[in-house]
Amino acid sequence: MSYVLIIGAKSDIAKEVARVYAKNGYNLYLAARESLELEDLKQDIEIRSGVEVKLVEFDITAFDTHEEFYTSLHERPLGVIVVAGFMCEQKIAQNDWNKTLQTINVNYTGALSILNIVANDFEKERRGFIVGVSSVAGDRGRKANYIYGSAKAGFSAYLSGLRNRLYESGVSVLSVKPGFVNTKMTQALDLPQNLTAQPQDVAEDIFNAQQRGRNILYTKSIWMFIMLIIKHIPEFIFKKMSI
Amino acid sequence: MSLLSWGMFPNIKNKIFNLRDEKSLSLYIETTDEFIPYGNGRSYGDSALSENIVYAKPYNNFLSFDEQNGILNAEAGVLLSEILEAFVSRGWFLRVTPGTKLITLGGAIASDVHGKNHHVEGCFSECVEEFTIMGVDGKIKSCKKGDELFLATCGGMGLTGVILSAKISLKKINSKNINQTTIKTKNLKETFEVFEAHKEKPYSVAWIDCLAKGEEIGKSLLMVGDFADDGNLEYKSKKKLTIPFNFPSFALNTLSVKAFNYLYYAKAKDGISYQKVDIDTFFYPLDAIGDWNKIYGSGGFTQYQFILPKEQSYEGLREILTKISASGKGSFLAVLKLYGKENENYLSFPLEGYSLALDFKIESGLFELLDTLDEVVLKYAGRIYLTKDVRVSKETFEKGYPQIEKFRAYRKEHKMDKKLNSLQSKRVQI
Repeated sequence: MSYVLIIGAKSDIAKEVARVYAKNGYNLYLAARESLELEDLKQDIEIRSGVEVKLVEFDITAFDTHEEFYTSLHERPLGVIVVAGFMCEQKIAQNDWNKTLQTINVNYTGALSILNIVANDFEKERRGFIVGVSSVAGDRGRKANYIYGSAKAGFSAYLSGLRNRLYESGVSVLSVKPGFVNTKMTQALDLPQNLTAQPQDVAEDIFNAQQRGRNILYTKSIWMFIMLIIKHIPEFIFKKMSI
Repeated sequence: MSLLSWGMFPNIKNKIFNLRDEKSLSLYIETTDEFIPYGNGRSYGDSALSENIVYAKPYNNFLSFDEQNGILNAEAGVLLSEILEAFVSRGWFLRVTPGTKLITLGGAIASDVHGKNHHVEGCFSECVEEFTIMGVDGKIKSCKKGDELFLATCGGMGLTGVILSAKISLKKINSKNINQTTIKTKNLKETFEVFEAHKEKPYSVAWIDCLAKGEEIGKSLLMVGDFADDGNLEYKSKKKLTIPFNFPSFALNTLSVKAFNYLYYAKAKDGISYQKVDIDTFFYPLDAIGDWNKIYGSGGFTQYQFILPKEQSYEGLREILTKISASGKGSFLAVLKLYGKENENYLSFPLEGYSLALDFKIESGLFELLDTLDEVVLKYAGRIYLTKDVRVSKETFEKGYPQIEKFRAYRKEHKMDKKLNSLQSKRVQI
């Protein structure tokens, strides 16, 4: 069966997404920096599912390598899932331009760089699916997290436009907006249990939503309501709040 | 984030360390005063609760599989459900499985779980060839059947270290289906007779109506079965229904339990009937309802599970069932099972005889009732299952486990007793 390309395969969500797609019979390209560190996961997936897993070297911030990276895949993927993400504490990001830049480049610029190439290919072929893992943090800027949030906001807008553009050619685009997920990225935070998803659940949600051709996925789904409320708080009140 | 146990009681705050690699675990152990490993949180009581928790579920790679002999080597956070998803379609099944597949491999070893086939296959430790474990010194040890560390760890409730990986043997099957026979019995005597009559069958269990009174005490639906041989291995986990929130406390009372039990029994035909059911229906009926623990409301619940030696089982069970039905506190489903020979592990629960497991909502008066049931259990030389427990006293616990001093001495000798502790281990001082 066809390949799915997972960009940012070292993250906890990516690991589970990879397992779910493999379980459903897809072969995988796992793309990350120092991809050899994914040898354990490759072995795990091959034992579990018997699909083919290829580890491919990819740096999301090395924009000028993306074209060659994509064309050198031995078989074009049927779908591409961008899970790469970078978040550091807001205080650090706002005082260190390099961290700000890294936040933008991993979450926004790099994702666009590779997806522009993928989108052109899929549009020409008139097939394929694109999944972008954005964040509820992109729905409204908050003082606690607005540098990361603004990069994700840009990514969400990009995915929305891409969906609009590719609709005619039959290529589906899914925007995923996870809330809190219990991962390496969030392990220093004290998250509320009821609102925190496990990566396995997020991965199942993504697979199901993608297979059904859905447009936007909030996971856990309660975040759709939370963000609906947060988005509608008038700015003159919102600016005084700490949420 | 704090982690609760399956019974959602007690509700304590804890700090979580996500287990992802050996190096950071070793550092954590060195720098943490006291902790306990935690798998997927399916133990009912306080055996995996502590101020500091090593959350082992993220540590979950499959490491190797020997297709010839069916030996799987996997990290301890792997769920039994993941093993089934990978291997049932290739003709392999767990040699021993409890009534939920949503537990980790490490948890299965730490509780030395048992299943509907205990009377023929024994506990989970039977299928464990070897495992690796990180001790309180931060070093990894490999351990085989027969080692003292093996005897202490299987059933040792995570009190001997953090299990990292295990090699287990799977059993060959030729179908995802089970040929099931359901037998409706009128009372405890008949239930026992039917169990004995079918003890050659690999799988057996009885759902017992614990609110039945008088002549009807012990009336049951007994299910026995074995794998079919139809070559149909197309296994897919069913999509589950989820209980979205804690039920209000009035939802569960004697009347609703009675109604449920009535319907459950009415559904089965009188006498004997035959069905072909799949793995999930036969082994894991409750897994089909996600978060079913929320049925008991936010106050939580507990499961009382005890076992009695065979010769005393009939008298003891009659006495306990009489007390329960008189108290009016009942559980939706009470499970009765026949067990085979006891193993040598220091703290494994099963012994040759019958065990009964009952769910109770936590409410005032409950622990007093359970204390009186404890007395009966002790009178008939039985014991209580730590994996389900949240309240047993040190004295009651000790009397049931003759090897307890060996376990304590082992913990002390290897300095585990200071570093590895749960609320439960402190209560019963193990």
